[in-house]
Amino acid sequence: MSHDIIGNGKGRQNIMHELQLAREIIAIVQQELVDRHLSGVTEVGVNLGAISGANPEALTFSFEASVAETPLAGCRLKVAYIPVRGNCRCCRKDFELDDFIFICPHCGSSDIEITDGQELTVSYLVEK
Amino acid sequence: MTEKIKVEKKVLTKNDRLAAAIRDRLGKRRILALNLVSSPGSGKTSLLEKTLGKMGSKLNMVLIAGDVQTENDAARLEKAGGKIVRPIITGGACHLDANMVTRVLEQLDLGETELVFIENVGNLVCPSGYDLGEDMKVVLISTTEGDDKPLKYPAMFRRSSVMIINKIDLLGYSNFDVDRVKENARKINPDLEIFETSCRTGDGLDEWYAWLTGAVRRKREKTPAV
Repeated sequence: MSHDIIGNGKGRQNIMHELQLAREIIAIVQQELVDRHLSGVTEVGVNLGAISGANPEALTFSFEASVAETPLAGCRLKVAYIPVRGNCRCCRKDFELDDFIFICPHCGSSDIEITDGQELTVSYLVEK
Repeated sequence: MTEKIKVEKKVLTKNDRLAAAIRDRLGKRRILALNLVSSPGSGKTSLLEKTLGKMGSKLNMVLIAGDVQTENDAARLEKAGGKIVRPIITGGACHLDANMVTRVLEQLDLGETELVFIENVGNLVCPSGYDLGEDMKVVLISTTEGDDKPLKYPAMFRRSSVMIINKIDLLGYSNFDVDRVKENARKINPDLEIFETSCRTGDGLDEWYAWLTGAVRRKREKTPAV
């Protein structure tokens, strides 16, 4: 191949998916620190949906390891696990799914809308 | 002070923004973009080799082949007749992201392109969470895997539009049941378009080529969003 090969850059090995996510969270926190003129952050709240593709324990571990020896050292990650919730367009009822079978548990219709469970968001910060 | 300051910001905002830019750029040119996903070894590269063989002269394609290491897949696709093939070597990341795809597309003149295939890293978990700006995800599963896979990887099967059951020439050599995998897949995503293929024998590929031709045409005919 004679053209430039796109890769992940020298020395930027990502070991875990959650490590990359932790870095994104840290970037969001750092931006909030600047935007809101905060002195520091002791806790970051994250909403992690059941089908977001992220693992809560791995994310917490990655975050706390990544902030060690930085100005955010000691900052804790509090992960709120959000189950899959939805609404059925057929019978109009709300439901929660714990088995990821995307069928309305009330009427069996597959014409459903998933309202919760796919998200991965930074929900709050606690200032130092 | 234990007061919680509300933030409500999506993680992956950088990736989402880049993916939206890709979607916008390709959309303006009416280029169909497909993100090919599967476990390692289901047949993504073989499917693209066969597709190139049959459709390479009919459709102007860009092929992006992602892997943790080696350019083997990209080399196979060039050998199969791919005129514009680019590898992405992640060096460790288990998925492609929109930044990597953006950097590849930046190097290319997409003037004649009708179709971009992105062959993702073999992985049914992480790629489901990384938007690459594609129109659709195409998920492959082969008959040497478990037919309960759609239930085990619901996020991926839910977010895909097409499912290809590959290696049907090997049916009978394992306990894989085609009806069962379809039933399981439809529990997760009732709207999946399903094909049954063998890249080795060529069975079932005509239906895939017909769908592909139609999808490219439908994208070209869509009026651009204002």
